[in-house]
Amino acid sequence: MRLLYLAFGLILWTTSHASALDVEEHQYFPGSGARVLKILSTTDLALFAPYVRAFQDIRPDIAVDYTVVSSSELHRAIRDGAQFDLAISSAMDLQLKLANDGFALPYWSDAVEKLPDWARWRTLIFAITAESAVVVVNTDLFEGLDLPETRQDLLALLRDNPDRFAGAVGTYDVRVSGLGYLFATQDDRATDAFWRLNEVMGRLDPQLYCCSGQMIDDVDEGRLALAYNVLDSYAVGRLAADKGGRMQILEMQDFTNVMLRTVLIPATAQDIDAAGAMIDMLTTLGIRDQPGDWPLPSLSLSGPLEKSGFGPIRLGPALMVYLDPLNRRNFLTEWEDAMEQR
Amino acid sequence: MTKSQSIGRRLTLLLAAVAAVLSVLSWAMVTVLAREATQRTQDNVLAASVTTIAETLRSEQAEVRLELPYAAFAMLGAISQDLVFYRVTANDRTLTGYDDLPSFETGRQGQVMFHTANYRSVPIRMAATTRLISVGDGQTQVTVTVAQTRDGVGAIAADLSQLAAFFSLAFFAVAVGLSAVVAATSLRPLNEIAAAVSRRGPSDLRPVQRNAPAELAPLLTALNRLMDRLRNSIRRSEDFITEAAHRIRTPLATVRAQAEIALRTVQGDTEKDRLRQIIRAVDESSRSAGQLLDHATVAYRTENLTQDRLDLSELAADTLAAMEPTASMRDIRLRLDGEQAPVIGDPILLESAIRNVLDNAIKYSAEDTTVTLHITCSDSETHLTICDEGPGFGDESFDTLTERFRRGPNTGGIVGSGLGLTIVAEVMAAHGGRIELTTSTHNERGGACVCFTLPSA
Ligand SMILES: Nc1ncnc2c1ncn2[C@@H]1O[C@H](COP(=O)(O)OP(=O)(O)OP(=O)(O)O)[C@@H](O)[C@H]1O
Ligand SMILES: [Mg+2]
Repeated sequence: MRLLYLAFGLILWTTSHASALDVEEHQYFPGSGARVLKILSTTDLALFAPYVRAFQDIRPDIAVDYTVVSSSELHRAIRDGAQFDLAISSAMDLQLKLANDGFALPYWSDAVEKLPDWARWRTLIFAITAESAVVVVNTDLFEGLDLPETRQDLLALLRDNPDRFAGAVGTYDVRVSGLGYLFATQDDRATDAFWRLNEVMGRLDPQLYCCSGQMIDDVDEGRLALAYNVLDSYAVGRLAADKGGRMQILEMQDFTNVMLRTVLIPATAQDIDAAGAMIDMLTTLGIRDQPGDWPLPSLSLSGPLEKSGFGPIRLGPALMVYLDPLNRRNFLTEWEDAMEQR
Repeated sequence: MTKSQSIGRRLTLLLAAVAAVLSVLSWAMVTVLAREATQRTQDNVLAASVTTIAETLRSEQAEVRLELPYAAFAMLGAISQDLVFYRVTANDRTLTGYDDLPSFETGRQGQVMFHTANYRSVPIRMAATTRLISVGDGQTQVTVTVAQTRDGVGAIAADLSQLAAFFSLAFFAVAVGLSAVVAATSLRPLNEIAAAVSRRGPSDLRPVQRNAPAELAPLLTALNRLMDRLRNSIRRSEDFITEAAHRIRTPLATVRAQAEIALRTVQGDTEKDRLRQIIRAVDESSRSAGQLLDHATVAYRTENLTQDRLDLSELAADTLAAMEPTASMRDIRLRLDGEQAPVIGDPILLESAIRNVLDNAIKYSAEDTTVTLHITCSDSETHLTICDEGPGFGDESFDTLTERFRRGPNTGGIVGSGLGLTIVAEVMAAHGGRIELTTSTHNERGGACVCFTLPSA
């Protein structure tokens, strides 16, 4: 039955959507009524589907149209006025830029009021998860080596074992991935080891990825020995499913970037009421005490926030600094110089 | 007296109004200051941000280069969650940032200028600075503008304003309380004088001697002058009454004396009879004049009743002594028995009442009888009973007998005006006492009994 709906939804979607949108995944979750909540998101369908189902348990009348795109695609689409009721993204900087530039509608409710101050910006952006950037390694390929604990360790390890790691190191292609760019710029701010790391990785013919999921797949399947700046939420999920136990998550001890997955209501939203209901549910789940059976972590401080020592990346106008075209160009040039030296 | 608003209330209200005005003023002042202070804070941060960015300006390969420092925006985010806009222009060409941000006159090189404008229909505060960068051969004027919405500033200012409003209200409440105290304190001398004046007896017209505040001195002087005039006018009225009585009685006495002489000298019965009628009429007139003046005195003195502490038995004894000659002419004995009986009242009026009753008793009794004055007193009341052995009041009711100019049917040829009991009743009423007319039970022939009841002192 669901498959039928899915097929139907897909047909509906392909006919109604502008072809300009570079869609990665899409699913239509039918509801009993005529209302449709259109969500544009960077979160993989598999991870988010449980939330949609939970939402439809409360509001069965609302159908959910869920589209997954990359974070930069999401940003571009909302800027171009694509009509969606909700935008969920892991790229905080792009979300903030949207809100700052007037592409988000204000929303307020008891549920969002309960969020800690750092988990919302104005009445525009609300955090629903806190996820950290980790290093994922394939233990098979690390055989005989000590697992690195800091970026310094990692640097030394890569520098000392060029043969083993050549072509087997992966990280985000920051030119494509919004989240990758956010993590990279935050790394740049936090440590000067970052550029040295980039240089060392650049010499190892690094594999560049758009998304955490693929990087984790490749580590799991032994194509990569190490992936740098991977979302721990994805990795933890994969680890739970992984039978062979070849994969391991490493938290860097010097510092850890903690990203907030945030949600906003685009200015083009049609069903603000439905969007608000979804935000209320997501933020309420965000501040839950018990981990529960949810694919994504909560905002709870006992999670990654506690370990990082830095707190999450701050929601604020400073995030727009690296999005400035001049700054971005400079940063990417420098990054390319480091990464593509061969 | 028309009822006007109390000075105390008016004073309190006025002071409260002043306090209200001051409260509102101070609230407005704090609000303006708060807005100004928060605005300056924002300006300072904006200036710092602009300067930080401007410091990164440099020329590289014949091009203006800059980078937005993280701190430049982080500091803006630290003070509030306001929207942030920025622009960097080189010779009016936008290098980066929001192209449509309004521009404004910038000052000389290095100086930071501020401006308030609307951007995307939201009010924003802008800071801009200009630097000259040497690029190649020429110089490029680079302007860095950073703008922020004013929600944070507004919120803080509103918070402070609310706090100020709360303090102003508290200040007002305290001020009103103090106003009431101040009003009461400043009116105390006035109230004290009023109390001192109203405590006085009705005929106490001595000048008020008190240390009055300067503002009350004129009032006090006027009051004393008024009392002086009143005292004089009272004295004049009293003089006038005695004078009038004298003026009427003296010629009447002369007429009577002449008529008596004529009666003795004329022979004819008709002439004698006529003269007797004249004498009688003169007696009636004289009596009437006397009683009228007595009545007038009573009416006058009742308005300003003297409250002397006196012994009723002593007063009765004096009156009795004064009546003794009249009584002895008719062989009537006057007897007084009674104890000391202190009462409060006007001795002249009480004396007049007793005299009138005694006069009746002597007048209407047969010769060779006894009139008894009996005084008893309890804690609350004093009774004076005057009984004679005459014919008594008969069937006439009390109300009839105390009517003005009303005489009983038993008067025969006895001279009288019918005002005596009226005077007695009025005196008793003025003293808060009662009068009862009964028929004596002491002797078999009956006789009239008049009983005064006065409150004991
Ligand atoms: N002791 C008394 N015995 C009998 N009758 C009396 C006695 N006292 C008063 N009366 C009656 O009451 C009437 C009113 O008395 P009242 O003293 O008012 O007037 P008066 O004695 O006639 O006149 P005057 O004003 O000269 O006293 C008298 O006319 C008389 O009839
Ligand atoms: Mg009489």
